Amino acid sequence: MFFDSLQSALYMDGHGLYVWVAYLVTLLVIIVVIAVPVRQRKRLLLQLAVQGRRAAGPVLRREED
Amino acid sequence: MWSFFHKLGSPPWLYSIAGTVLRYLLPLTVLALASGTVWGLLFTSPDFRQGNSYRIIYIHVPSAVVALAGYYVMAIAGAVSLIWRMKMADVAMKATAPIGAAFTFIALFTGAVWGKPTWGAWWVWDARITSMLVLLFLYLGVVALYEAYDNKEAAGKACAVLSLVGMVNIPIIYKSVDWWYSLHQPASIKFTGESTIDSSMMYPLLLMIVAFYALFTCCLLLNMRTEILRREARTQWVKKLAEGS
Repeated sequence: MFFDSLQSALYMDGHGLYVWVAYLVTLLVIIVVIAVPVRQRKRLLLQLAVQGRRAAGPVLRREED
Repeated sequence: MWSFFHKLGSPPWLYSIAGTVLRYLLPLTVLALASGTVWGLLFTSPDFRQGNSYRIIYIHVPSAVVALAGYYVMAIAGAVSLIWRMKMADVAMKATAPIGAAFTFIALFTGAVWGKPTWGAWWVWDARITSMLVLLFLYLGVVALYEAYDNKEAAGKACAVLSLVGMVNIPIIYKSVDWWYSLHQPASIKFTGESTIDSSMMYPLLLMIVAFYALFTCCLLLNMRTEILRREARTQWVKKLAEGS
């Protein structure tokens, strides 16, 4: 390990803020880019499952006058 | 060979093979990204001129490399869907655009944050930065153009043409550091001849480039799976899949 303490790893001789901000923003973007399609796909499958059940199941609704 | 192409055009086959690939590739990608980041951030020595700020290279260069490679994927997919009317190529093109935009954004953002301590400015209208900004707008343009059409077939065609025309920008980005005297340094890693980067810095960088390529592939497959389901929502195999979930 190059740095001898957590403090010096965070500070990086004055460049720490720049370096850590760059890495954090990158991490955030990566999380968003992975999470968005995963969530969309799950939601779509759920939606289709509900639709399928509605189409297949017996009609329980009473007809209203 | 031909049966492979035939399968590639089949949505259920592509959906399931993408799922299988992701099951192994995604954990590997996370592992490679994590180890490359720790290596680059904590286990390399600082650059003799730039100090510690150079550590941003481990995300800046890989994201820029992959942002450019992603454009090839998008343009080639666009060409295939234009010429052979392959539906899955259109899916691939649409899936690439937002990911490419995300990687280009990472490259521009980390570049700005690196520029401040190194050049003294967040932003300069340097040839490479400007052409990368154009790349971002091209990606976003494809995303927006796709949404603008109600007729998705026409949308696919328009986007394919836009991405092919945008190819003009790619050699400009590559050559910008040689053509214009600018703040960006020319390439340090060379396939032919001596690289001008120390090997202790080059290995973590190469690992990160591989990891970013893998990440791009994962995101592409994830987006394609979602898009395939959306388009095939009325088919029997998707209905069966939804019931099983």
